[in-house]
Formats: sequence, structure tokens, C-alpha cells
Amino acid sequence: MKKFNRAFTILVFIFLYIPMIVLLVASFNSGNDVAVFKGFTFDQYKELFRDDDLLSLLGNSLIISVLASLIATILGTMAALGIHKMKGKLRSAVMTVTNIPMTNPDIVTGVALALLFAFAGVALRIHSILGFWTLLIAHITFNLPYIILNVMPKLSQMDPDLTEAAMDLGCTPSQAFFKVVLHEIMPGIISGMLMAFTMSLDDFVISYFVTGSGFVTLPVEIYSYTKKPMQPKIYALFTLMFIAILIIMSVMNLLQARDKTKRQRSRLLGGRVK
Amino acid sequence: MSQELIRLTDLVMEFDGERILDSINLYINDKEFLTLLGPSGCGKTTTLRVIGGFLTPTSGDVLFDGKRINDVPAYQRKINTVFQRYALFPHLDVYDNIAFGLRIAKLSEKEIDERVTEMLEIVSLKGFENRKVTSLSGGQQQRVAIARALVNRPKVLLLDEPLGALDLRLRKDMQNELKRIQQAMDITFIYVTHDQEEALTMSDTIVVMDKGKIQQIGSPEDIYNEPKNAFVADFIGESNILDGVMLDDYLVKFFGRQFKCLDKGFEKNEPVDVVIRPEDIDIVPVEQGHLCGTVTSVTFKGVHYDTIVDFKGFKWLIQTTDFCPEGSYIGIRLNPEDIHIMHKSEYSGMFGDYSSYSAEYDEIADAEGGEDEE
Repeated sequence: MKKFNRAFTILVFIFLYIPMIVLLVASFNSGNDVAVFKGFTFDQYKELFRDDDLLSLLGNSLIISVLASLIATILGTMAALGIHKMKGKLRSAVMTVTNIPMTNPDIVTGVALALLFAFAGVALRIHSILGFWTLLIAHITFNLPYIILNVMPKLSQMDPDLTEAAMDLGCTPSQAFFKVVLHEIMPGIISGMLMAFTMSLDDFVISYFVTGSGFVTLPVEIYSYTKKPMQPKIYALFTLMFIAILIIMSVMNLLQARDKTKRQRSRLLGGRVK
Repeated sequence: MSQELIRLTDLVMEFDGERILDSINLYINDKEFLTLLGPSGCGKTTTLRVIGGFLTPTSGDVLFDGKRINDVPAYQRKINTVFQRYALFPHLDVYDNIAFGLRIAKLSEKEIDERVTEMLEIVSLKGFENRKVTSLSGGQQQRVAIARALVNRPKVLLLDEPLGALDLRLRKDMQNELKRIQQAMDITFIYVTHDQEEALTMSDTIVVMDKGKIQQIGSPEDIYNEPKNAFVADFIGESNILDGVMLDDYLVKFFGRQFKCLDKGFEKNEPVDVVIRPEDIDIVPVEQGHLCGTVTSVTFKGVHYDTIVDFKGFKWLIQTTDFCPEGSYIGIRLNPEDIHIMHKSEYSGMFGDYSSYSAEYDEIADAEGGEDEE
């Protein structure tokens, strides 16, 4: 039984990661045919770093993801603090409302946002409103729930007396937040921000509807590539992106694991000296 | 000699239409060790939080040094708190926890260092400066919490059941320790507890509370010897509480017998509650007894025996070092100073009968074990 379990787990992992491995291999393939591995080469990577168009698209994507995740982190943390202060029923109602956009199909969110921007464009008399700002707003919008979802548990885990203790020792409410509460919920903020960043980086569906010709992100541009033969340097780009995300996710998991053992240890050792 | 520092006048606190505090009137003297004592839900923690500035009273005033401070936020009050679960900052070490308040007040690092070092000495935590607070034992965390509050040199220290989480032995040590610290620092302590023994040991003044009202204010001796009503008599120590009639000054009748007592000022033939402390009762041979009854149960308690005696169907608790076997017929004598008379109150008839003796002890143990206010 144990052997079967192990074999099955390995099978699942192969199933999950084989596409990535294929991509990885393809990125080092010197031939143009995906099906035949002709020889090992870094040419695709060299070519990728020579392609300014592609790099500037990646730059666009990074700008949007970084800005959107940062702004969403600030707004989302503030929202989480507000929701945390609410009582029972209202709080769970607000949490449900917050979570709906996450489960909502991206295409619906995308079209809805596009419509909203169209209306706003008419109202504000802006001819072509779609572009950088609409894209940014859209990304902040769909990032928010992830921040709230990650920060809320940290707030509930926190000893509610800590804020009062800080104020008791002379902190104004905002000092109490920055000197005490922020430290306590930081792991949640960071994991929320990383999650939002990755969501933002690879979003295609929503971006497709809310961006104009002036500002295009990588996923949106890549979509148009699918109609013609894919250039191998794209494989190299994706491999790099995959590795970057892998590193981010590993760091996030490590942070969470460390936070967890720290909490467990403090609970276990509650009454004892190390 | 002692000066009034805090005064609460007609303090009312309501949450969702429920009255938690009902016209509390209380003054607290400078350098006094005052204890708010009562069962869970009696309003003692709420009173403390109002004084600390964490709650704004629905009506009534909080005066500090003669000034109304209802609207002064917690961070501007010269009051510091030791929280029930300590509320130490987990991201800071022992030193930084204690220095926290001083850094907020923007003192020079040199002065901070002096004061923190001095405080570490007072709470016997020298050498623990760089330890993480999560690695400390409960008793050590307790000391850090006290040091963190006292280092700010407040005029008043509020303590919310600070010993609740410690085991019995440590609790006794910390009781003495707290009393020592209070005298060394020469400031006012306002202490909240549900443990009557703790209150009697440490306090200058005890305020007994129940159902959001103050039941009695007095010195530990007053509260114990002259309880005002059946609730106080029962909550502080053990009491036999009987129905009686005050015939005249210094003369009370119960169990069909007249007894001399030391109380006066009651109306003629006023129905009263009579309190007799279990340890005040002398067991004598039957022929010398004022009352005679049968022993129904004996429990060895170490220093004494808890002896339950049936007097005409009403069971008394007698604490005595003399062993009287179960089933024996004994007499008791009551001296005038053993009898304490109280006016009838809403609590009359609710306490002081030991007919269900063992069950009651269990109940008390349960109530204390499951204590978790707010």
C-alpha cells in the first residue's frame, strides 16, 4: 500500500510537471521542430535577450504586476483591518462579497470592467480610455481579494490585547499599527503580495479586455503569437518565468512554514525555558 | 494622609442595551493596593478597562487627580496595564519590550538603558535582556509585563487577573512579589481577581462586585468579619447563613434561641441574616451546647476537618481541629463575637446552606477552572 502511494504520488508529479519539462527541453533545443531534439544550445536565450520588443513587453508586464500588487497590498491591508473590526454577521457577509470576485470567471470580470471603462470614457469624454491606467485599475481590482484573504487570518491569530498594550504604553492608534500590528501580520501581507504579483503577471483574460493598443502586456501579446508558428525564444522566456515563479512560491512556502513552526514552538514552550 | 487619586461617579456601562456596570461610585487613594473582586461577569474587568481608557462609559465620570478624563485616550493617561495574557510583543526581545514605552516617549537611549536595567533588577530578570519573550516561562513573561508597565513610572498600575495563568506555587510567590514591588515603587495598584484569597492577602482595600454593582468596599478584615450581605459573606470565605430576628440591640433570635451579639442599630423584630464563620464555632459536650446536632460528614483538609453538622434539618459547616466521627451527637457554643448580623438583601436565602455540601465545593472548583472572562 505504501509503495502504491509513493508510486501514485510520483505519477501525479510527473503529470503536473511534464509540460514544464517539455518546455524546458524545448528552450534548449537547437532545432526548430519541437518534436525532435537536435542538440543542446543557449541560442534561444541569447536571441531572447537581443529581442527588445519582447523584453519591453516583459517590462510592461512587470511594471503592471509590481504596481498593481503593491497598491493592492496597501488597499487590501487597510480593508482587512476594517473588516477585522466588524462584528459577526456583517463581517462574514463582507468576506463573502470580497471572495466572490475570486471565483467569478475571469472573462466575466474582464467584460464587466471593459464595459465600466467604456461608460467612464463616455462620461469623462476621453476618446480611448483603454490603456495603462485601465489595465492597472483592473489588476488592482482582481488582486485585492488575495491580499484580504491572506491578511485576515493573521489578524485573527494576533492577540487582540497587543493593540491595547501598545496604546497603553503611549502609542497613538497609528503608531500602534506600525510598531506592533504590522509586525504581527507581515507574513500574511508578504504572501498576499507575492500571490497577487503572480496572478497579475500571468493574467491574460482580464487584461485582454481592458487594455488598449498603447500598452500591451506579455500574455496579451503572446496570445497573438499562437496564430503563427511559435518562435523558440518564447520557450526560453517562459522557462525563465516559470523558474522565477517557482522561486517566489518556494520563498513564500518557506516563510509560511517558518512562521508556523515559530507559532507552534511558542505555544509548546509557552511555559518553559528553551 | 493618603490622597484621593481616582474617582468614579455614577459610572454606567451598557453593551447592546445590557447593563454591565450599574452606577459605580468609588474613590481610590494614592499609593493604595485596591482589588476589584467578584465572580466572572461581575463587571470588574470592565471597570478596569474604563479606568485604563479602553472603554468610554455610557454615563458617569472618571476623575483622575480631580480632572475629568472620560475623553482622554488610553495613550495619554498616566496609567499602565498588565494584561491578563501579558500581551508582550512577540517580535521584540525582553529588553525592547520593556523599553517600548520609553522609546515612544522619545527618551534618550542612555536614560532608557538606565531605567530598563533598573527595572530588570526589580523584577529579578537580569541577564534575560536578549531573550525572546516567546522562550520565557509564564512567570517570567509575567515579570516582563510588569516591568514593561512600571518602567514608564505610571501613577497607577492596572492588573487584570495577572496571576490567573500561573500554577498555585508560582501564584503564591508572585503575590508576595507584587506586594513587594508595589511598596518599593510606592504607587497605586488596581488589581482585578476572582480569587478571594489573593484579594485578602495583597489588598489594602477590597471592592466586592457582583452583577455590575459594588456590594461592599472595605479593608480585608472588614470584608471578612463584617460582610454586608449574604453574597459577600459567601464569596469571601465560607459562611453559615441563617434566618434570624433581631429582637433588640445586641440580641438576636434564631433556631428558637436567643443569642447575645455585638450588632446594633437594627429595627425591633427586624428579620435579618445571621452569619457564622465555620472556624468560629466551638464544639463542646452536648450538655454545655447552645445547639446540638448530628455530624453527617467529615472531610480531612490538612489543617482542619470540614465537619457538616445537621441542626434541625439545616446543615452547618464547622471547621475544627477536633475530630468528631460521622454520626456522633455534639453540642456547639456561640460567643457574641462569633455572630455577625446583616440586613436582608436580594441575596438572602441563596447562600450559606451546606445541605448539598460536596456538590457546592465541586461547583466552586468548576467555576474557577473554567474562568475566562471576555
